[in-house]
Amino acid sequence: MSSTTAETGARTTGSFGGMQARSEAAINTISRISIRNLDFYYGDLKALKGVSLELPDRQVTGMIGPSGCGKSTLLRVLNRMYSLYPGQRAEGEVIMDGRNIIAPDVDLNELRAKVGMVFQKPTPFPMTIYENIAFGVRLHERLSKAQMDERVEWALSRAAIWDEVKDRLQRSALGLSGGQQQRLCIARTIAVRPEVILFDEPTSALDPISTLKIEELIDELKRDFTICIVTHNMQQAARCADQVAFFYLGELVEVAPAAQLFTAPREQRTQEYITGRFG
Amino acid sequence: MPAHTIRSYEEELKRLRDMIVRMGGLAERQVADATEALVRRDTELATEVVQRDAELDAMERQVDGFCVRLLALRQPVASDLRLIIAALKIAHDLERIGDYARNAAKRSIVLAEQPAIGSLNGFQRMARLVQENLKGAIDALVHDDSEKADEIWAADEPVDDIYNGIFREMLTFMMEDPRNITAATHLLFVAKNLERIGDHATNIAETVHFAVRGDVLEEERPKGDTSAYAVVRPPE
Repeated sequence: MSSTTAETGARTTGSFGGMQARSEAAINTISRISIRNLDFYYGDLKALKGVSLELPDRQVTGMIGPSGCGKSTLLRVLNRMYSLYPGQRAEGEVIMDGRNIIAPDVDLNELRAKVGMVFQKPTPFPMTIYENIAFGVRLHERLSKAQMDERVEWALSRAAIWDEVKDRLQRSALGLSGGQQQRLCIARTIAVRPEVILFDEPTSALDPISTLKIEELIDELKRDFTICIVTHNMQQAARCADQVAFFYLGELVEVAPAAQLFTAPREQRTQEYITGRFG
Repeated sequence: MPAHTIRSYEEELKRLRDMIVRMGGLAERQVADATEALVRRDTELATEVVQRDAELDAMERQVDGFCVRLLALRQPVASDLRLIIAALKIAHDLERIGDYARNAAKRSIVLAEQPAIGSLNGFQRMARLVQENLKGAIDALVHDDSEKADEIWAADEPVDDIYNGIFREMLTFMMEDPRNITAATHLLFVAKNLERIGDHATNIAETVHFAVRGDVLEEERPKGDTSAYAVVRPPE
């Protein structure tokens, strides 16, 4: 007697089902970076504890969690930023293109060309807009003037700022607004054609409209780049990320497609944090 | 679960639950009074039920407005988001339940003028079952009790069984004496109203399951309404 639905009008399957099915299908299964059992130490302090996480190719991974949870530390591992500081060390595996990038013999210049980073505050160099882009490219490649012009235009266009600056490329980058400076920094990062772009709270110093422009840009950039974004703004993670990872006290508590994590997280700690009930 | 860091948000979510509980209580009362009016041929009580339905409609609008406000201002996620979505859906189910109770009450006013046919025990039993399910579903929401919700979701079959019995009984009355047709037809609709109320109670249980657990009851709900296939032949 299962076909009486029309008569009784009763819904037999939930009307919430589609949302979850879609979100699960959205995650790419090819990994650009595989993090396996990663520990990280600031001297004696263990800041990351056995983190394993896949960063799917050309998808956005959002990292959320309270201050001190290890999310920014993980970002700093991914381009070996920590190697600048003595006493900081990582153990485990971070596999990219078949190599463990935390191994001591890795060429850091080469790695940082492949894994670019955009910081919280825009950090334009005190030079012209053109030079801000060309400077990083020259560290890695020898280009003719025409090729460099082309690269600068490409990077600025991809960062959605070309139209705003094309008539003043020879003026100082410091004259740009905060939102423009941040997009310039994104252009500088993509100018060296990385595979992965790390964003560390890229909009926390920006106004809401500039923030949305950066988010729109991230959505655009993920067609070509694998993106990892650390943010304190959970709505931002919900808007930008394909998968979201929640960290707490150095542990990865839960990773899930964004729609699932923000509607039905599996872990109680995730639930309490994202709904604002922590502590 | 610990309370919200923002106390006013916590209070708003509690207020939303309270609104649903009050609405559920009123819907239950409407079903009970409509049935009572039918059984006792009490047209005054029936009129009260008809008039009181406007309150349920107003409550649904209140819940809707409050939920839209919460969605806009609090950007809820996870269990909070699910509660708010559930409240929207449940308020709609309760409003429909009110409409069915009102329709039953209207018919009982006509029926009070008609000769009595048969016993109305079946109607009372059916009304009691759907009220129990309705109350249980709302209680499950209040206590975040998905097991209770699942029980109710699967417990609609006895209601359908009684409905099928009434369906056959009324057809028999009509065949016996055409003067029964007016009363029997109205009674059939009353039974159908109660059966639909039972379906909405199971919808509420399904929604509560989603609100508490975050997943969806995918399997086919057990159902027993066979009246859609009923055929009667007049006596030769």
